[in-house]
This record gives sequence, structure tokens and C-alpha cells, in this order.
Amino acid sequence: MSAPGNVSTVTTRDELPAGTAGSPRDEEAKPVSGLRETLYFAVRNKKLVFGLTVTLSMLALAILGPLIARHPPLEYGGHLSLAPTTQDGYWLGTTLLGQDVFSQFVTGLRMAFIVGALGGGIAAIVGMVVGFTAGYRGGIVDELLNMVTNVVLVIPTFALLLVIAAYLQVRGIMTEAIFIGLTSWPWAARAVRAQTFSLTSRDFVSLARLSGSNSRQIIFKEIAPNMSSYLFMMFILLFGGAILIAATLDFIGLGPSNTISLGMMMQLSVQNAALQLHLWWWFLPPGLAIMAIVGSLYVMNVGLDEVFNPRLRSM
Amino acid sequence: MSETSALVELDRCTKVYRVGSFGSKRLTAVRDVAFDLRAGEVVSLIGESGSGKSTIGRMILRLSPITSGAIRFKGEDISGLRGASLKEYHRHAQGVFQDPFSSYNPIYKADRVFKLVRDAYFPSVGSGEWTRKVAGVLDAVSLDPSQVLHRYPHQLSGGQLQRLLVARALLLDIDFLVADEIISMLDASTRIDVLNLLGELKEQGLGILFITHDLSLGNYISDRTVILRRGEIVEMGATQKVFGDPRHAYTRMLLASVPQLRHKWEEHGNGRAAEAGAIVDGEGSVLVEVERDHLVRTEGAS
Amino acid sequence: MSLAVDDLRVYYRTLHGDVRAVDGVTFDIADGEIMGLAGESGCGKSSLGNSLVYLTGRMRFVGGSVELDGAPLPIWDFEAMNRHRFKEISVIPQYAMSALNPTRKIGAMTADLLGSRGIHYKHLAHEFVRRLELVGLSEEVLGMYPMELSGGMKQRAVMVISTLLDPSLLIADEITSALDVSTQKAVAEMLVEFRDRGFVKSMIVITHDMSILYQVADTILVMYAGHLVEKAPAGVIIDSPRHPYTRLLISSLPEVGVRYAERRLHGIPGTPPALLNPPEGCRFRDRCPLASAKCAHTPPFVEIGDGHRVACWEAAA
Repeated sequence: MSAPGNVSTVTTRDELPAGTAGSPRDEEAKPVSGLRETLYFAVRNKKLVFGLTVTLSMLALAILGPLIARHPPLEYGGHLSLAPTTQDGYWLGTTLLGQDVFSQFVTGLRMAFIVGALGGGIAAIVGMVVGFTAGYRGGIVDELLNMVTNVVLVIPTFALLLVIAAYLQVRGIMTEAIFIGLTSWPWAARAVRAQTFSLTSRDFVSLARLSGSNSRQIIFKEIAPNMSSYLFMMFILLFGGAILIAATLDFIGLGPSNTISLGMMMQLSVQNAALQLHLWWWFLPPGLAIMAIVGSLYVMNVGLDEVFNPRLRSM
Repeated sequence: MSETSALVELDRCTKVYRVGSFGSKRLTAVRDVAFDLRAGEVVSLIGESGSGKSTIGRMILRLSPITSGAIRFKGEDISGLRGASLKEYHRHAQGVFQDPFSSYNPIYKADRVFKLVRDAYFPSVGSGEWTRKVAGVLDAVSLDPSQVLHRYPHQLSGGQLQRLLVARALLLDIDFLVADEIISMLDASTRIDVLNLLGELKEQGLGILFITHDLSLGNYISDRTVILRRGEIVEMGATQKVFGDPRHAYTRMLLASVPQLRHKWEEHGNGRAAEAGAIVDGEGSVLVEVERDHLVRTEGAS
Repeated sequence: MSLAVDDLRVYYRTLHGDVRAVDGVTFDIADGEIMGLAGESGCGKSSLGNSLVYLTGRMRFVGGSVELDGAPLPIWDFEAMNRHRFKEISVIPQYAMSALNPTRKIGAMTADLLGSRGIHYKHLAHEFVRRLELVGLSEEVLGMYPMELSGGMKQRAVMVISTLLDPSLLIADEITSALDVSTQKAVAEMLVEFRDRGFVKSMIVITHDMSILYQVADTILVMYAGHLVEKAPAGVIIDSPRHPYTRLLISSLPEVGVRYAERRLHGIPGTPPALLNPPEGCRFRDRCPLASAKCAHTPPFVEIGDGHRVACWEAAA
């Protein structure tokens, strides 16, 4: 079957199929959601720009803040319940017990980003592994993984955390992040599984199987890249979700025992009657910061959806 | 006729799907299908939706496991192949599918389909030799390399994409090709060119299983025809005999329903009768040879 | 009823410019005529059909006029068209059978549709059931969800619903494409029956399948790259086409009886031009075996015989 056929050459001109709305006729080959085209829409999308700006500003503060803070966050300084002032670098004042609120605030920001990245990252990875495997293999593997997903979904996380807290005297931010990661992956797994199902039925997967690709190659090279925008957005949601869960856990006292975080600041401030004593600088900054980060992440996500999905774009 | 042994032989193939939770219900998509195909021959597998024709194509390519029966390729049963031996089988048997735009991963360039083949089957071939090989197969399908290489699928037409898939199959020096409705999504003016390409490949010795719902196309290109209905063969044999002298009521109904260019449909109400399932083959129906190279299922045949 | 379309232009707005899908189209349809609109993918036939009913988000009315029964049809005005849609002009869009709301039963969906036009369902319930039975569907269909029906059943249900108010003009867009050959025949014959019984006065049947049009249409209009190329009675288009595109197209269709070994058919080399910046003059020029210098000017769509119009310098000569 190697001899070429002797046929009249069908000349196909360098022209696109008729009616291909929106395709340029230039020589350069561009991907469907061309990077240039994506960036064009990205910089024009207000939600994305707004969300990104807020998040990145917070991130900058989280990275640089602890470097410029004058006092360690947990140190009991002399001044108690000091209102925000430029004196001595107590820009956000002090707590009832004399700790530097600014220092706590920026440390808390750092912790928030760490737990978000780590917790969200773990959830994303576990979710993807379970989702891809269940979606690609189907059958009995899918049924089993579904059962596992459902079990993890209904585990009462607070009860579990209380038990863990009772056993571990010292809990760090890592423990909290791992716990969050291992309990919040089910919905990610479900989402990935659904997308994988629909992509697996496409002919290019069959063709890859006919070309000698194995399952791992197909998942990583054919299926996952097709979902890249979806996976990216999913990670952002998990990131924001992890920060929220961490703040909630910290607020009820189940947070890390060896450091300070935004949720813990709020917990301590409420415990020490900051509301009644009008120490607004103690609980307002952490609360607003959590709201700002998580809110801007979600807004960013909506913006990203519009950018990635050509049908949602406004002309 | 039987001097050349069969290239592909289906022996009482059956495919049963398990549906419902934990596979409690069963759906028989293909039942006891048996036919063979020789080198240099085009066999048309004709059926409407739900006839099981695509399932048979997938089973032969081992994309779907077979529930019972055997499929033999050059005498060897391939229904249990795995791993390296399956990969070797695909050196000889390949497929092209219906939707050209679904067959290509949209985020990669179209010629990546060649790269996949190269990585899996020709890892040690040098780039110069590979370029020559690619140019050779592109010439065999009448494509100009400068028009189709380094382009994304959405920049090429349906006809070009389908030809590219045939070229990919030719890279492997195959003996057998499954063409599953490969031209139904192409425009009328390009269909015939792709069909003619299959004809040329057939003349060079390739065995082709041409799966379609369009009887005119089947009649144009194939040597033998198999008519499928709800997973069973109702009539099969030499194309001219099946189309020229259809014995089964279902075949006759299909032929009468095909819109033709110079003859109007004969009677009205014909289509509705068919949809009502008026043609029924009983449980014990078998294929009977009515003449040489022409088999018909009893009960329903006249 | 009669439809008169004059120099209609409808373009699609895109990031890179306008895609000129319907670029100066003029034709008439007489009362009781079933006109087939044929062409290959991307020629603009769906755009033409849909523009007469409903301009979607990216479509832009650029120029021309449409008259239905002597009165102008304001296709550029979405609100004004509401009075005409479903009552005088109705459409069965492409993929209609896949677009049925999966959570509404057929009867409920129809009631919603009629309600939106200010008609109470009970006035038409009896007629609706009568027509469903005419096409072979039982009254039980009213209480069923779309997923309980087969493709053919859905298509027939959609046909009945779209013509319930006896529109003057029905536009059927590729209604036979996704069906099996036996169902295709039933659905196509149903179109003719609707016209014969007076449920619909005239029709535009849009499809790429010329052989279906030969079976059911009175006249066929062939479109290529946004322009009309030929219009003639169905038999004339098939037996004696004059435009080179039509001739090449007809000769590339395999009928039952033609075999590869006996007679080799040929397609048309090349691809249609992109409608983003279409070339000047005749758009078939680059693929046409009869092309010459004068084809740089767009040929007019002129009458060359009884009801036979062609847009080609050679054919009209």
C-alpha cells in the first residue's frame, strides 16, 4: 500500500471554508482560542481586570508586608488598644493585649494565600486524578470512584476536625491546608469527570487510541489540554473556597495553633469584646481583607469565563 | 471466489451493552453478525440509525470489546488483543470516522495526527525520511503539503481533513480500513472525490469496510453489501445482486425510500409503514442463500 | 400569498469585518409554490431563510426589501416582526428536534407558544390533535417529553406545531438531514401534504440534498457563496441546468445505479470563497471551467426561459 496513486491533483487553494465567521485569512496559523485573541479580550474585560488588580495588590501586601512590619505579630508590646497611628509603626493600632495589628494583618494575609494555594492545590490535584480516571475509564471504576466521592462529600468535616484537633496538640498551617484539601475535592472531581466524559466520546480520542497512545498519554495530552481553561477556573474557585473555609475554621478556634491568621484575628477580637470596646481596627481589616480576596477571585473567575468562552463575549 | 482467503472475518459477533445502575439491564446492539471481507474489496455496511453498523466498525478496530463471537484478521482472532499485540494490529487496520471536526483535537495543528503515528510506530525514523514519507501519502490522497501542513483544523475544509485522515492511515502501510460514514458530513461536490480516492486505494489492494446509511454511495463504491437492521443482517451479497434483485422486504423498503434524481417516489404511505415496524423477523430467522453470493434472512423475504 | 425579495443583504458582524452571507438576493415565490433552496455548506441558504423570520445576535440587515402578500415585511425590526411570526411566516429551524425543551411536555410547550401569541390553547386543541393524527402521531404525544420520542416523531411534532396557525409561508431548514432514509421520505411527503391541505400556502425548503428537492419541490433555487446562481422548475434544474456550478453539482451526485467501475463521477475542485472579503465579480469564477475576463463583473440574475433564471454570462448568452 505504499505506491502513490496516479490521479489528477485536486488543487485546494489557500482559502478558508466559506462562512467561517471571524477567521482571519492570513498565512500565520493560529490556535482556535489564539493567545493573542484571548489577551485582547482579557485586557478589555472589566471583571477580570478588577479582580486581578485587587488580588494582586493583596498578594503584594502579603509578600512585602511582613518585611516592613516593625514588630513581630505575636509580641506583646507596651501599648494596649492603641488606635491606628504613625507612631512606632503601629499603622493599624494594637490589640487589647498590645500586639501589632498591622503585623498580624499582613502575616494573616500571607497565611491566607498559603492555605489557599496549598489547600486549593491539593483539592485540585485529588479532584483531577479522581475525575479523569472516573471519566475516562467509565464502568466499574467510575462506579467505585463515585462511591468514594460521595462518602467524602458527606463526611461531617467539623466533627472530624474536632477529633483531629483533640489529638494534635500543635497544628500548623500545613495541617490545616492538607485537611481542607482532602475534604473539599469532591465537587472538583465531579466537574472534571463530567467534562472528561464528554471529551472521551469525541473521535480524536478514538483516533489517539488507534495511534498507539496509552491512557495516561491520552488524558494528559488530549483531554486535559482541552479543558485547560476550565481547570484553571476550577483552581481559582478552590483557592477562594479554601481561604473561606480556613477563615471559618480559624474563627471557631480550630485554626493553626502556632501562628496568626485573618480568621484568628477576627476570633480573638470578638472574644476580647472588640466590638463593644470600639476597637474597629482589630476586626475590620481582617474581615474586609477576606471579603476582598475571595470576592475578587470570584469576580475574576466570572470574567475569565467570558474571556475563554467565545459565545459569552460581547462584540 | 474463495481462492483468496478472507482478510477480515466476523464469526457470530454479538455486542451486548449493560445499561442502568451497575449494569442491571441489557441492550443488544449487534446480534450474531457474520461476514467476511477480502483484500482489494469494498464491503458496504448499510443500515439506519440503531442498526449497529458503527458498533461493528468499532469492534473490528478493537475500540469496543466484543461480547461473544470472534473477529479474525488474516486468520488470527483479534478480539482478545491487548497492549503490544494490539498496537501491532493497528499497523494493519485503521479507521476514519464521520465528523472531520471531531476527529481532530482543536488545540493542536492538524498534522499532529501524523506525529502521533510517528512517535508510536516510527520512533527511529530520521526527519528527512519522515518528510518524504509524509509527502508520499499526501500525494496518494491528492493533497498539496503546503496547503495542509502546519495548519489548524479549523483552517482546513472537511474534505481536506478527511483526506488527511486517510493519509494518516496510509502511513502505516495498512491492509484494511474502516470508513465509518466518512463523507456524510462533506459537501456533495467533495464527497465524490473522497469516494473516488477510496476506489483507487481499493484497486491497489486495500480492503475497505464502508459504513454508511446512504444506499447510493454504497452502490457506487462497493463490491459487496451487507444490509443491517437492529443489529442483525437481513440481506447480504454482491452489490449488484442485493440492489438489483432485493429479496428482503426491508431492503426493498430502503431502496424505495431513497430519493432519486430522475424518478419520483412510487407510492405514498410507504415510509410510515416502515416506521411502524411492520417488517418483523421472527426469533428463529436465519440467513438463507437464495443464489450464489446472495443471502437473505427468512421470514420477511419472498 | 406571495413573497417578493428584492436585493436583500444580510451580513454577520465579526471581529475581523462583515461576513457577507446574503449579498444581494432577489427572487419571488408564488402562491402555493414549494421552492427548494439548495446549496452547499456556507453558501448562505440558512442565513437567507432565517433572516426572513428572525435576525440572530450577530446578523445585521444591510439593505433590500421583503414583501409578503404585497405588504412589506420589517425583518430588521424584531418587535414589529412579532406580529408576523408564527401567524403569517413560520420556521422550522435547523436542529429543531434537538432544541425542544427537555423539561416540558409537548402539549405544555405548545400551549406556552400559543399563549405567547395571545391564543388560548383550548381553541386549537382539537385541530392540533387532528393534525398530529394526520402525521401519524397519537394524542398521547401531548403528554410525553421530547426524550421519549424518536427523531422522526420529534420532527413531525415540530412540523405540526410550526404550522398550527396556518402560516402563509413556512421555512423548513434542513429538516430531513438528520433522519433515516425511510423517515426522510415520510417527513418530505408530509411537507407536500401540508401544502395540499392548505395548512401552509407556500414553502421554502432549505437543504443541501438535491434529490429530496426533486421529489417535493416545484422550483429549485441554487445558491453559492451568498449569491443566487440559478432558479428553475425542479425538473429543469435536474435535467437541463445552465449554470456551470449547478451542472457540476448535479453530475457529482451518485444515484442508485451508477457504479464506480462503470462511470467515474467527479466533484468540483477547489473550495468556495470566504465570505469575509469575497472576490469581486462572479464568485464561482475560480472553480468554473467556463470562466473568462468578463466574469470579473458580477453577472445579473436574468431570465433565460420560462421561469428559468441564471446568473452567468456564458449561460445567459
